Amino acid sequence: MRLRRCGTDAVLVEVDSLDQVDAVRAAVSSAAERGDLPGLVELVPAARTVLVALESESALARLRDILATADLHRPARREQREVRIPVRYDGPDLELAAETAGLSVADLVELHSGTEYTVAFTGFAPGFGYLVGLPKPLVQARLDHPRTAVPAGSVAIAGEFTGVYPRSSPGGWRLLGRTDLTLFDPHREPPALLVPGDRVRFEVVG
Amino acid sequence: MRTVTVLATGPQALVQDLGRPGNAHLGVPPSGALDVPALRLANRLVGNPESAAGIEALLGGLRLRADCSCVVAVTGPAVRVTVNGRGRDSHTPVHLADGDVLALGAPADGLRAYVSVDGGLDVPAELGSRSTDLLSGIGPAPMSAGDTLPLGDPTGQARGADQLGSRPVPDEIAVPVLLGPRDDWFDRAAEQLAAGTWLVSPESNRIGLRLTGPALLRAAEFDSAELPSEPVVTGAVQVPASGRPLIFLADHPTTGGYPVIGVLPAAALALLAQARPGTTVGFRPIG
Repeated sequence: MRLRRCGTDAVLVEVDSLDQVDAVRAAVSSAAERGDLPGLVELVPAARTVLVALESESALARLRDILATADLHRPARREQREVRIPVRYDGPDLELAAETAGLSVADLVELHSGTEYTVAFTGFAPGFGYLVGLPKPLVQARLDHPRTAVPAGSVAIAGEFTGVYPRSSPGGWRLLGRTDLTLFDPHREPPALLVPGDRVRFEVVG
Repeated sequence: MRTVTVLATGPQALVQDLGRPGNAHLGVPPSGALDVPALRLANRLVGNPESAAGIEALLGGLRLRADCSCVVAVTGPAVRVTVNGRGRDSHTPVHLADGDVLALGAPADGLRAYVSVDGGLDVPAELGSRSTDLLSGIGPAPMSAGDTLPLGDPTGQARGADQLGSRPVPDEIAVPVLLGPRDDWFDRAAEQLAAGTWLVSPESNRIGLRLTGPALLRAAEFDSAELPSEPVVTGAVQVPASGRPLIFLADHPTTGGYPVIGVLPAAALALLAQARPGTTVGFRPIG
Protein backbone atom coordinates (compact mmCIF):
# COMPACT_ATOMS: atom_id res chain seq x y z
CA MET A 1 0.00 0.00 0.00
CA ARG A 2 1.28 3.43 -0.91
CA LEU A 3 -0.12 6.78 0.18
CA ARG A 4 0.12 9.57 -2.35
CA ARG A 5 -0.61 13.14 -1.30
CA CYS A 6 -3.49 14.78 -3.11
CA GLY A 7 -3.57 18.42 -2.02
CA THR A 8 -3.74 19.57 1.59
CA ASP A 9 -6.57 17.37 2.83
CA ALA A 10 -6.78 14.26 0.65
CA VAL A 11 -4.78 11.11 0.04
CA LEU A 12 -4.74 8.68 -2.85
CA VAL A 13 -4.22 5.18 -1.49
CA GLU A 14 -2.55 3.01 -4.11
CA VAL A 15 -2.79 -0.79 -3.92
CA ASP A 16 -2.17 -3.76 -6.19
CA SER A 17 -5.59 -5.16 -7.03
CA LEU A 18 -9.33 -4.52 -7.11
CA ASP A 19 -9.70 -6.77 -4.05
CA GLN A 20 -7.32 -4.55 -2.11
CA VAL A 21 -9.20 -1.47 -3.33
CA ASP A 22 -12.35 -3.02 -1.87
CA ALA A 23 -10.57 -3.79 1.39
CA VAL A 24 -9.30 -0.20 1.75
CA ARG A 25 -12.72 1.23 0.92
CA ALA A 26 -14.42 -1.09 3.41
CA ALA A 27 -11.89 -0.31 6.17
CA VAL A 28 -12.26 3.47 5.77
CA SER A 29 -16.02 3.26 5.38
CA SER A 30 -16.51 1.21 8.53
CA ALA A 31 -14.13 3.45 10.50
CA ALA A 32 -16.25 6.43 9.45
CA GLU A 33 -19.47 4.61 10.35
CA ARG A 34 -18.03 3.81 13.80
CA GLY A 35 -17.22 7.51 14.24
CA ASP A 36 -13.47 6.87 14.15
CA LEU A 37 -12.85 9.16 11.18
CA PRO A 38 -14.72 12.43 11.63
CA GLY A 39 -14.85 14.78 8.66
CA LEU A 40 -14.76 12.23 5.83
CA VAL A 41 -15.86 14.14 2.69
CA GLU A 42 -15.19 11.73 -0.17
CA LEU A 43 -14.35 8.02 -0.32
CA VAL A 44 -13.85 7.11 -3.95
CA PRO A 45 -12.63 3.71 -5.10
CA ALA A 46 -11.15 3.23 -8.58
CA ALA A 47 -9.25 0.44 -10.34
CA ARG A 48 -6.05 0.50 -8.25
CA THR A 49 -6.57 3.50 -5.99
CA VAL A 50 -8.92 4.87 -3.34
CA LEU A 51 -9.29 8.61 -2.78
CA VAL A 52 -9.94 9.66 0.79
CA ALA A 53 -10.77 13.37 1.12
CA LEU A 54 -11.18 14.89 4.57
CA GLU A 55 -12.57 18.16 5.90
CA SER A 56 -9.22 19.19 7.24
CA GLU A 57 -5.59 18.19 7.25
CA SER A 58 -5.79 17.27 10.94
CA ALA A 59 -7.75 14.05 10.23
CA LEU A 60 -4.95 12.70 8.00
CA ALA A 61 -3.05 11.24 10.97
CA ARG A 62 -6.20 9.36 11.98
CA LEU A 63 -6.55 8.04 8.46
CA ARG A 64 -2.96 6.80 8.48
CA ASP A 65 -3.67 4.81 11.67
CA ILE A 66 -6.79 3.27 10.13
CA LEU A 67 -4.92 2.27 6.98
CA ALA A 68 -1.98 0.88 8.95
CA THR A 69 -4.25 -1.63 10.69
CA ALA A 70 -6.37 -2.52 7.62
CA ASP A 71 -5.92 -6.11 6.50
CA LEU A 72 -5.76 -6.00 2.71
CA HIS A 73 -5.88 -9.77 2.36
CA ARG A 74 -9.02 -10.34 4.38
CA PRO A 75 -11.50 -7.65 3.37
CA ALA A 76 -13.78 -6.56 6.20
CA ARG A 77 -17.05 -7.72 4.69
CA ARG A 78 -19.70 -5.24 5.63
CA GLU A 79 -23.34 -5.66 4.90
CA GLN A 80 -23.79 -5.63 1.16
CA ARG A 81 -26.87 -4.69 -0.73
CA GLU A 82 -28.04 -7.04 -3.44
CA VAL A 83 -29.40 -5.47 -6.60
CA ARG A 84 -31.26 -7.40 -9.29
CA ILE A 85 -31.39 -5.96 -12.79
CA PRO A 86 -33.90 -7.40 -15.29
CA VAL A 87 -32.37 -7.55 -18.77
CA ARG A 88 -33.72 -8.26 -22.25
CA TYR A 89 -30.75 -9.93 -23.89
CA ASP A 90 -31.23 -8.54 -27.41
CA GLY A 91 -28.15 -6.31 -27.75
CA PRO A 92 -26.52 -5.65 -31.13
CA ASP A 93 -23.21 -7.23 -30.04
CA LEU A 94 -24.71 -10.40 -28.56
CA GLU A 95 -23.62 -12.62 -31.46
CA LEU A 96 -20.16 -11.05 -31.65
CA ALA A 97 -19.67 -11.63 -27.92
CA ALA A 98 -20.91 -15.23 -28.19
CA GLU A 99 -18.60 -15.93 -31.12
CA THR A 100 -15.62 -14.39 -29.29
CA ALA A 101 -16.43 -16.48 -26.22
CA GLY A 102 -16.85 -19.65 -28.32
CA LEU A 103 -20.37 -20.11 -26.98
CA SER A 104 -23.89 -20.19 -28.32
CA VAL A 105 -25.93 -17.05 -27.68
CA ALA A 106 -28.07 -18.99 -25.21
CA ASP A 107 -25.01 -20.17 -23.28
CA LEU A 108 -23.56 -16.67 -23.25
CA VAL A 109 -26.79 -15.26 -21.81
CA GLU A 110 -26.83 -18.02 -19.21
CA LEU A 111 -23.23 -17.28 -18.26
CA HIS A 112 -23.68 -13.50 -17.98
CA SER A 113 -26.96 -13.76 -16.05
CA GLY A 114 -25.82 -16.69 -13.93
CA THR A 115 -22.96 -14.84 -12.30
CA GLU A 116 -22.89 -12.56 -9.27
CA TYR A 117 -20.99 -9.31 -9.75
CA THR A 118 -19.70 -6.63 -7.40
CA VAL A 119 -19.67 -2.88 -8.04
CA ALA A 120 -15.97 -2.07 -7.86
CA PHE A 121 -16.22 1.64 -8.55
CA THR A 122 -18.09 4.23 -10.61
CA GLY A 123 -16.95 6.78 -13.13
CA PHE A 124 -17.49 8.00 -16.68
CA ALA A 125 -20.97 9.32 -15.81
CA PRO A 126 -23.12 9.62 -12.69
CA GLY A 127 -24.35 6.16 -11.75
CA PHE A 128 -22.09 4.22 -14.16
CA GLY A 129 -20.81 1.29 -12.09
CA TYR A 130 -17.85 -0.85 -13.10
CA LEU A 131 -18.91 -4.39 -12.11
CA VAL A 132 -16.31 -7.10 -11.56
CA GLY A 133 -16.65 -10.85 -11.39
CA LEU A 134 -17.01 -11.39 -15.13
CA PRO A 135 -16.43 -15.05 -16.17
CA LYS A 136 -13.25 -15.48 -18.27
CA PRO A 137 -14.95 -16.07 -21.66
CA LEU A 138 -16.75 -12.74 -21.27
CA VAL A 139 -13.55 -10.76 -20.71
CA GLN A 140 -13.44 -9.24 -24.19
CA ALA A 141 -11.94 -6.25 -25.95
CA ARG A 142 -13.81 -3.03 -26.56
CA LEU A 143 -15.26 -2.45 -30.01
CA ASP A 144 -12.78 -1.27 -32.63
CA HIS A 145 -15.19 1.53 -33.53
CA PRO A 146 -17.03 3.00 -30.52
CA ARG A 147 -20.64 3.99 -31.07
CA THR A 148 -21.46 7.69 -30.98
CA ALA A 149 -24.66 6.96 -29.06
CA VAL A 150 -25.35 4.00 -26.81
CA PRO A 151 -28.96 3.90 -25.57
CA ALA A 152 -29.62 4.40 -21.86
CA GLY A 153 -30.04 1.11 -20.00
CA SER A 154 -27.68 -0.80 -22.29
CA VAL A 155 -26.04 -3.75 -20.50
CA ALA A 156 -22.51 -4.20 -21.78
CA ILE A 157 -19.09 -5.77 -21.31
CA ALA A 158 -15.53 -4.47 -21.82
CA GLY A 159 -12.26 -5.85 -20.49
CA GLU A 160 -12.73 -7.23 -16.97
CA PHE A 161 -15.94 -5.24 -16.43
CA THR A 162 -19.64 -5.40 -17.09
CA GLY A 163 -21.96 -2.44 -16.56
CA VAL A 164 -25.09 -0.53 -17.53
CA TYR A 165 -25.12 2.83 -19.33
CA PRO A 166 -27.17 5.20 -17.11
CA ARG A 167 -27.98 7.51 -19.99
CA SER A 168 -27.41 7.79 -23.71
CA SER A 169 -23.76 8.48 -24.36
CA PRO A 170 -20.93 7.54 -26.70
CA GLY A 171 -19.40 4.18 -25.83
CA GLY A 172 -17.18 1.33 -26.99
CA TRP A 173 -18.44 -1.51 -24.79
CA ARG A 174 -20.05 -4.59 -26.33
CA LEU A 175 -23.83 -4.35 -25.89
CA LEU A 176 -25.57 -7.53 -24.70
CA GLY A 177 -29.01 -6.20 -23.83
CA ARG A 178 -31.12 -3.54 -22.15
CA THR A 179 -32.80 -2.90 -18.86
CA ASP A 180 -35.74 -0.59 -18.14
CA LEU A 181 -34.42 0.29 -14.68
CA THR A 182 -33.28 3.87 -14.13
CA LEU A 183 -29.65 3.70 -13.07
CA PHE A 184 -29.38 7.30 -11.94
CA ASP A 185 -32.02 9.87 -11.04
CA PRO A 186 -30.94 12.94 -9.07
CA HIS A 187 -34.52 13.36 -7.79
CA ARG A 188 -34.60 9.85 -6.31
CA GLU A 189 -33.31 8.82 -2.90
CA PRO A 190 -30.84 7.20 -3.24
CA PRO A 191 -30.10 8.67 -6.69
CA ALA A 192 -27.77 5.89 -7.86
CA LEU A 193 -29.03 2.31 -8.24
CA LEU A 194 -25.47 0.97 -7.93
CA VAL A 195 -22.99 1.94 -5.24
CA PRO A 196 -19.44 0.57 -4.79
CA GLY A 197 -19.63 -2.68 -2.81
CA ASP A 198 -23.12 -3.66 -4.02
CA ARG A 199 -23.63 -7.20 -5.29
CA VAL A 200 -25.46 -7.37 -8.62
CA ARG A 201 -27.29 -10.05 -10.56
CA PHE A 202 -28.79 -9.75 -14.03
CA GLU A 203 -32.11 -11.54 -14.61
CA VAL A 204 -33.29 -12.67 -18.02
CA VAL A 205 -36.67 -11.20 -19.06
CA GLY A 206 -38.70 -11.16 -22.28
CA MET B 1 -44.32 33.30 -3.65
CA ARG B 2 -41.39 35.74 -3.83
CA THR B 3 -39.62 35.56 -7.18
CA VAL B 4 -37.23 37.35 -9.49
CA THR B 5 -37.46 37.12 -13.29
CA VAL B 6 -34.47 36.81 -15.61
CA LEU B 7 -34.76 39.40 -18.41
CA ALA B 8 -31.33 38.72 -19.95
CA THR B 9 -28.58 36.27 -19.09
CA GLY B 10 -25.45 37.63 -20.75
CA PRO B 11 -23.10 34.87 -22.04
CA GLN B 12 -24.02 32.47 -19.21
CA ALA B 13 -25.96 32.69 -15.96
CA LEU B 14 -26.12 29.69 -13.62
CA VAL B 15 -27.58 28.83 -10.24
CA GLN B 16 -24.67 28.04 -7.92
CA ASP B 17 -24.29 27.32 -4.23
CA LEU B 18 -21.46 25.48 -2.50
CA GLY B 19 -22.04 22.35 -4.57
CA ARG B 20 -22.57 18.68 -3.77
CA PRO B 21 -19.26 17.27 -2.52
CA GLY B 22 -19.50 13.75 -1.09
CA ASN B 23 -20.97 12.12 -4.21
CA ALA B 24 -17.80 11.43 -6.21
CA HIS B 25 -18.16 7.69 -5.51
CA LEU B 26 -21.38 7.85 -7.56
CA GLY B 27 -19.57 9.57 -10.42
CA VAL B 28 -21.09 12.96 -9.49
CA PRO B 29 -18.83 16.06 -9.67
CA PRO B 30 -18.78 18.49 -6.73
CA SER B 31 -19.91 21.51 -8.82
CA GLY B 32 -20.71 24.76 -6.96
CA ALA B 33 -19.54 28.38 -7.34
CA LEU B 34 -16.06 28.70 -8.85
CA ASP B 35 -15.22 31.84 -6.86
CA VAL B 36 -16.41 30.56 -3.50
CA PRO B 37 -15.39 33.59 -1.38
CA ALA B 38 -17.35 35.89 -3.73
CA LEU B 39 -20.55 33.84 -3.38
CA ARG B 40 -20.13 33.60 0.40
CA LEU B 41 -19.68 37.38 0.62
CA ALA B 42 -22.72 38.10 -1.56
CA ASN B 43 -24.79 35.86 0.72
CA ARG B 44 -23.52 37.52 3.91
CA LEU B 45 -24.28 40.96 2.50
CA VAL B 46 -27.96 40.12 1.99
CA GLY B 47 -28.28 38.24 5.29
CA ASN B 48 -28.28 34.70 3.84
CA PRO B 49 -26.41 31.68 5.12
CA GLU B 50 -23.16 31.56 3.12
CA SER B 51 -24.31 28.32 1.51
CA ALA B 52 -27.43 29.80 -0.11
CA ALA B 53 -27.83 29.58 -3.89
CA GLY B 54 -27.13 32.67 -5.96
CA ILE B 55 -26.38 33.50 -9.57
CA GLU B 56 -22.97 33.03 -11.19
CA ALA B 57 -22.97 35.44 -14.14
CA LEU B 58 -20.24 35.14 -16.76
CA LEU B 59 -19.02 38.43 -18.29
CA GLY B 60 -21.97 40.59 -17.26
CA GLY B 61 -25.09 41.26 -19.30
CA LEU B 62 -27.40 39.84 -16.63
CA ARG B 63 -30.70 41.67 -16.11
CA LEU B 64 -33.09 40.68 -13.33
CA ARG B 65 -36.50 42.04 -12.45
CA ALA B 66 -37.65 41.90 -8.86
CA ASP B 67 -41.22 40.59 -8.56
CA CYS B 68 -41.29 41.55 -4.89
CA SER B 69 -39.42 43.77 -2.48
CA CYS B 70 -36.01 42.15 -1.97
CA VAL B 71 -32.35 42.82 -1.19
CA VAL B 72 -29.58 41.88 -3.61
CA ALA B 73 -25.79 42.10 -3.58
CA VAL B 74 -23.33 41.79 -6.46
CA THR B 75 -19.78 40.57 -5.78
CA GLY B 76 -16.78 39.37 -7.77
CA PRO B 77 -14.67 41.63 -10.01
CA ALA B 78 -15.50 45.34 -10.32
CA VAL B 79 -18.63 45.65 -12.44
CA ARG B 80 -21.11 48.39 -13.26
CA VAL B 81 -24.38 47.76 -11.44
CA THR B 82 -27.57 49.66 -12.24
CA VAL B 83 -31.11 49.66 -10.90
CA ASN B 84 -33.62 51.01 -13.39
CA GLY B 85 -30.64 52.47 -15.26
CA ARG B 86 -29.19 54.39 -12.29
CA GLY B 87 -25.73 53.43 -11.08
CA ARG B 88 -25.42 51.58 -7.76
CA ASP B 89 -22.51 50.03 -5.88
CA SER B 90 -21.41 46.42 -6.06
CA HIS B 91 -20.26 44.68 -2.86
CA THR B 92 -23.02 46.21 -0.79
CA PRO B 93 -26.69 45.36 -0.14
CA VAL B 94 -29.07 47.02 -2.60
CA HIS B 95 -32.82 47.16 -2.04
CA LEU B 96 -35.07 46.43 -4.99
CA ALA B 97 -38.76 47.36 -4.99
CA ASP B 98 -41.31 45.24 -6.85
CA GLY B 99 -40.67 45.84 -10.57
CA ASP B 100 -37.15 47.25 -10.25
CA VAL B 101 -34.62 45.99 -12.78
CA LEU B 102 -31.06 45.15 -11.73
CA ALA B 103 -28.48 45.07 -14.53
CA LEU B 104 -24.82 44.11 -14.62
CA GLY B 105 -22.40 45.64 -17.10
CA ALA B 106 -19.37 43.78 -18.40
CA PRO B 107 -16.58 43.56 -15.82
CA ALA B 108 -13.39 45.47 -16.62
CA ASP B 109 -11.36 42.45 -15.59
CA GLY B 110 -12.19 38.98 -14.31
CA LEU B 111 -14.99 36.72 -15.51
CA ARG B 112 -17.65 35.87 -12.97
CA ALA B 113 -19.96 38.05 -10.88
CA TYR B 114 -22.15 36.64 -8.12
CA VAL B 115 -25.63 37.91 -7.32
CA SER B 116 -27.35 36.89 -4.11
CA VAL B 117 -30.95 37.70 -3.25
CA ASP B 118 -32.26 37.62 0.31
CA GLY B 119 -33.81 34.22 0.96
CA GLY B 120 -31.61 32.63 -1.70
CA LEU B 121 -32.74 31.03 -4.96
CA ASP B 122 -35.15 28.28 -3.95
CA VAL B 123 -35.00 26.02 -7.02
CA PRO B 124 -35.25 22.28 -6.22
CA ALA B 125 -32.05 20.76 -4.82
CA GLU B 126 -30.54 17.65 -6.41
CA LEU B 127 -28.18 15.55 -4.27
CA GLY B 128 -28.25 18.28 -1.63
CA SER B 129 -27.36 21.18 -3.91
CA ARG B 130 -29.05 23.61 -6.29
CA SER B 131 -25.91 24.05 -8.42
CA THR B 132 -25.92 23.57 -12.17
CA ASP B 133 -23.35 20.95 -13.12
CA LEU B 134 -22.38 21.54 -16.73
CA LEU B 135 -20.49 18.22 -17.04
CA SER B 136 -23.21 15.80 -16.00
CA GLY B 137 -26.36 17.88 -16.40
CA ILE B 138 -27.41 17.65 -12.75
CA GLY B 139 -29.21 20.68 -11.32
CA PRO B 140 -31.21 23.37 -13.10
CA ALA B 141 -30.55 24.15 -16.77
CA PRO B 142 -28.52 27.31 -17.47
CA MET B 143 -30.80 30.33 -17.11
CA SER B 144 -32.75 31.71 -20.06
CA ALA B 145 -34.47 35.03 -20.48
CA GLY B 146 -37.99 34.73 -19.11
CA ASP B 147 -37.11 32.27 -16.33
CA THR B 148 -38.77 32.97 -13.02
CA LEU B 149 -36.63 32.06 -10.01
CA PRO B 150 -38.36 31.33 -6.71
CA LEU B 151 -36.84 32.85 -3.57
CA GLY B 152 -36.70 31.33 -0.11
CA ASP B 153 -37.81 33.13 3.02
CA PRO B 154 -35.25 35.67 4.24
CA THR B 155 -33.58 34.38 7.38
CA GLY B 156 -31.31 37.24 8.41
CA GLN B 157 -30.74 40.96 8.21
CA ALA B 158 -28.95 42.45 5.22
CA ARG B 159 -25.82 44.20 6.36
CA GLY B 160 -22.96 46.09 4.82
CA ALA B 161 -20.68 45.66 7.80
CA ASP B 162 -18.20 43.23 6.29
CA GLN B 163 -18.27 44.69 2.82
CA LEU B 164 -15.00 44.58 0.94
CA GLY B 165 -14.49 46.28 -2.36
CA SER B 166 -13.65 44.31 -5.44
CA ARG B 167 -10.04 43.33 -5.88
CA PRO B 168 -8.46 43.81 -9.28
CA VAL B 169 -7.79 40.55 -11.13
CA PRO B 170 -4.12 40.51 -12.16
CA ASP B 171 -3.16 39.45 -15.68
CA GLU B 172 -0.30 37.39 -14.26
CA ILE B 173 -1.10 34.85 -11.58
CA ALA B 174 1.32 32.68 -9.62
CA VAL B 175 -0.30 29.86 -7.69
CA PRO B 176 1.16 27.44 -5.14
CA VAL B 177 0.90 23.77 -6.09
CA LEU B 178 1.40 20.83 -3.74
CA LEU B 179 3.25 18.14 -5.62
CA GLY B 180 1.53 14.76 -5.96
CA PRO B 181 -0.11 12.35 -6.28
CA ARG B 182 1.87 11.53 -9.47
CA ASP B 183 4.78 13.99 -9.50
CA ASP B 184 7.10 10.98 -9.68
CA TRP B 185 5.81 10.34 -13.22
CA PHE B 186 7.58 13.53 -14.33
CA ASP B 187 11.18 14.41 -14.90
CA ARG B 188 12.12 16.82 -12.06
CA ALA B 189 8.46 17.86 -11.57
CA ALA B 190 9.13 20.84 -9.29
CA GLU B 191 11.78 22.32 -11.58
CA GLN B 192 9.62 21.99 -14.68
CA LEU B 193 6.63 23.59 -12.96
CA ALA B 194 8.68 26.45 -11.51
CA ALA B 195 10.49 27.18 -14.77
CA GLY B 196 7.50 27.46 -17.10
CA THR B 197 4.75 30.00 -17.61
CA TRP B 198 1.47 29.17 -19.27
CA LEU B 199 -1.48 31.07 -20.73
CA VAL B 200 -5.15 30.44 -19.94
CA SER B 201 -6.72 28.98 -23.08
CA PRO B 202 -10.09 30.18 -24.42
CA GLU B 203 -11.23 26.53 -24.24
CA SER B 204 -11.38 26.80 -20.46
CA ASN B 205 -14.73 26.36 -18.72
CA ARG B 206 -16.24 25.27 -15.39
CA ILE B 207 -14.86 21.77 -15.93
CA GLY B 208 -11.26 22.83 -16.22
CA LEU B 209 -8.81 25.59 -16.94
CA ARG B 210 -6.81 24.60 -20.00
CA LEU B 211 -3.32 26.04 -20.31
CA THR B 212 -1.13 26.56 -23.34
CA GLY B 213 2.64 26.73 -23.11
CA PRO B 214 5.47 24.31 -22.49
CA ALA B 215 4.73 20.58 -22.34
CA LEU B 216 5.60 18.90 -19.03
CA LEU B 217 7.89 15.97 -19.76
CA ARG B 218 7.57 12.59 -18.13
CA ALA B 219 10.38 10.72 -16.44
CA ALA B 220 11.94 8.12 -18.74
CA GLU B 221 10.47 5.13 -16.89
CA PHE B 222 6.92 6.52 -17.24
CA ASP B 223 7.35 7.71 -20.81
CA SER B 224 4.69 5.47 -22.31
CA ALA B 225 3.07 4.25 -19.09
CA GLU B 226 -0.73 3.94 -18.95
CA LEU B 227 -2.50 5.00 -15.77
CA PRO B 228 -5.60 3.05 -14.71
CA SER B 229 -8.33 5.67 -14.18
CA GLU B 230 -8.10 7.14 -10.71
CA PRO B 231 -10.11 9.64 -8.66
CA VAL B 232 -9.34 13.32 -9.21
CA VAL B 233 -9.90 16.23 -6.81
CA THR B 234 -10.83 19.85 -7.57
CA GLY B 235 -7.65 21.84 -8.15
CA ALA B 236 -5.77 18.86 -9.59
CA VAL B 237 -3.21 19.75 -12.26
CA GLN B 238 -3.62 16.91 -14.72
CA VAL B 239 -1.13 16.40 -17.53
CA PRO B 240 -2.73 14.79 -20.59
CA ALA B 241 -0.81 13.23 -23.48
CA SER B 242 -0.03 16.67 -24.94
CA GLY B 243 1.92 17.59 -21.78
CA ARG B 244 -0.04 20.86 -21.42
CA PRO B 245 -1.50 21.04 -17.93
CA LEU B 246 -5.21 21.22 -17.21
CA ILE B 247 -6.50 22.47 -13.83
CA PHE B 248 -9.68 20.71 -12.70
CA LEU B 249 -12.44 23.09 -11.57
CA ALA B 250 -15.77 22.41 -9.82
CA ASP B 251 -17.56 20.53 -12.64
CA HIS B 252 -14.61 18.17 -13.23
CA PRO B 253 -15.05 14.46 -13.99
CA THR B 254 -14.62 12.37 -10.84
CA THR B 255 -11.93 10.15 -12.36
CA GLY B 256 -9.23 10.59 -14.97
CA GLY B 257 -6.73 8.46 -16.82
CA TYR B 258 -3.81 10.90 -16.93
CA PRO B 259 -1.33 11.61 -14.13
CA VAL B 260 -1.90 14.53 -11.75
CA ILE B 261 1.41 16.27 -11.07
CA GLY B 262 0.12 18.46 -8.24
CA VAL B 263 -2.94 19.97 -6.57
CA LEU B 264 -3.73 23.65 -5.98
CA PRO B 265 -5.05 24.76 -2.60
CA ALA B 266 -8.69 25.91 -2.58
CA ALA B 267 -7.68 29.55 -2.03
CA ALA B 268 -5.87 29.64 -5.38
CA LEU B 269 -8.95 28.42 -7.24
CA ALA B 270 -10.99 31.54 -6.46
CA LEU B 271 -8.41 33.65 -8.28
CA LEU B 272 -8.25 31.26 -11.23
CA ALA B 273 -12.07 31.34 -11.45
CA GLN B 274 -11.62 34.95 -12.57
CA ALA B 275 -8.68 34.35 -14.96
CA ARG B 276 -9.58 35.39 -18.48
CA PRO B 277 -8.16 33.63 -21.52
CA GLY B 278 -4.68 35.02 -22.10
CA THR B 279 -3.90 35.39 -18.38
CA THR B 280 -0.38 34.22 -17.54
CA VAL B 281 -0.23 31.40 -14.98
CA GLY B 282 2.90 30.35 -13.10
CA PHE B 283 3.30 27.66 -10.45
CA ARG B 284 5.13 27.77 -7.12
CA PRO B 285 5.69 24.08 -6.36
CA ILE B 286 5.64 22.91 -2.74
CA GLY B 287 7.37 19.58 -2.20
